[in-house]
Amino acid sequence: MIYLDNAATTKTAPEVVEAMLPYFTEHYGNPSTIYSLGGESKKAVTDAREIIAKSLGAKTEEIYFTAGGSEADNWALKATAEAYSNKGKHIITSKIEHHAILHTCEYLEKQGYEVTYLDVDRDGLINLEELKAAIRPDTILISIMFANNEIGTIEPIAEIGAIAKEKGILFHTDAVQAYGQLPINVDEMNIDMLSASGHKLNGPKGIGFLYIRKGVKSRSFIHGGAQERSRRAGTENVPGIVGLGAAADRAMRIMEEKTRKEIEVRDYLIKRIEDEIPYCWLNGHRTKRLPNNVNFSFLYIEGESMLIMLDMKGVCASSGSACTSGSLDPSHVLLGIGLKHEEAHGSLRLTLSEENTKEEMDFVVDNLKQIVARLRDMSPLYEDFLKSQQK
Amino acid sequence: MYSEKVMDHFQNPRNVGEMENPSGVGTVGNAKCGDIMRMFLDIDENGIIQEAKFKTFGCGAAVATSSMATELVKGKTIQEALEVTNKAVMEALDGLPPVKVHCSLLAEEAIHAALWDYAEKNGITIEGLQKPVSDISEHEEEEEY
Repeated sequence: MIYLDNAATTKTAPEVVEAMLPYFTEHYGNPSTIYSLGGESKKAVTDAREIIAKSLGAKTEEIYFTAGGSEADNWALKATAEAYSNKGKHIITSKIEHHAILHTCEYLEKQGYEVTYLDVDRDGLINLEELKAAIRPDTILISIMFANNEIGTIEPIAEIGAIAKEKGILFHTDAVQAYGQLPINVDEMNIDMLSASGHKLNGPKGIGFLYIRKGVKSRSFIHGGAQERSRRAGTENVPGIVGLGAAADRAMRIMEEKTRKEIEVRDYLIKRIEDEIPYCWLNGHRTKRLPNNVNFSFLYIEGESMLIMLDMKGVCASSGSACTSGSLDPSHVLLGIGLKHEEAHGSLRLTLSEENTKEEMDFVVDNLKQIVARLRDMSPLYEDFLKSQQK
Repeated sequence: MYSEKVMDHFQNPRNVGEMENPSGVGTVGNAKCGDIMRMFLDIDENGIIQEAKFKTFGCGAAVATSSMATELVKGKTIQEALEVTNKAVMEALDGLPPVKVHCSLLAEEAIHAALWDYAEKNGITIEGLQKPVSDISEHEEEEEY
């Protein structure tokens, strides 16, 4: 099997699993208790919080554990919107955010908030002038993703942070794809809130965190006990938190080497596809791009068919086709960068890990060539295209 | 997610290809929703469908229903072919996941569109056949954008 869907989820690293195991069976105490068994759990949670805070240039007390990236996004938007509703009810985001942001924004619109959805260019980048122009006296929050999950484009986060700071507006970034892959410093980038998820960086599923800068008003997201400084009640997911800490530690340790390896294999894969398969193009920015992301549109064919055929060859990938989403519309990200529906239907996303090799990419491209040719042979759109060429 | 039969018809689609001088050809669906099916029929002087071919742009379910639909109409009379409904195609494939049911409608519409084309070419009326609404020409497709 060749796993090329690391943007969907990653393999939990063995060292992460090993770090977690004792917290199921030996150190199972509740961190809120007074006896030493609970103390061990509490220390483990604190250690993980410190590792994560350090990785972002943040303070330990600014890290709040959640059940994942979606919860962190929901919390960042809903609780902040509520806390700052006296100042205003206007939020700025982009059209290519993850649904955890977009659907939360739609919910807030129903609650009387106004949301500006910034356009992106063909590469998926927001325009900083448009961002400035969208800011109003009642704007309370800007939420722009660090890097896009589908096309891998990295947004100008430091520039957005500077604009937000100058205007006195809070800046949240959904860094679910970026955290662990790209260097992030919340002070240098003027980030006030940041969401991340454990299972995207070889950590466990069901755990994530929200960074909230000290001084930012945010309502409690889950009411109950005093956990997470009373802002997110519920007994801590200690094994998950330990796993996230171990994954963060590992990610920071290997980032440079991982990035170097991935970019080399990524660019090799991109070049082979571009050189050897006609009528296709790379989606997303060529250089301002996650080290592990490859996203192509192949004209005249449909994504799900490609995925099934790749799966039969043991290759795991994903697509922005409608048929893979359960709805009739293709990916909002691909439509957001200006692709036509049929171009978005024919997209293929391959997201690498540091373990993938050029030899694996050779296998993928060799098979992909045949798959694309076979599906085009079957496609009435390709038939029409060939006939139009003959005219 | 797919039945064995769907996977079989997706991996080894029957009757895929084009036809020279078909008795009737119909294209249905649109690129916007991600499925386009073109069906070619060769109908003899007795009104028997001798040959059926298809080309499809779409997901696994769309390809499999196209393949099965061509199999089901081959050797049938026009009236019998009209009875090849989306339900019949789905049943022959041992079912489709709920989100894919719309793909099977495409097969039924493609049969109807090809038969309509045949009727028009021959100046005849086929009882029970309505003019297919989802037939798209290249011209109409361009207008959509």
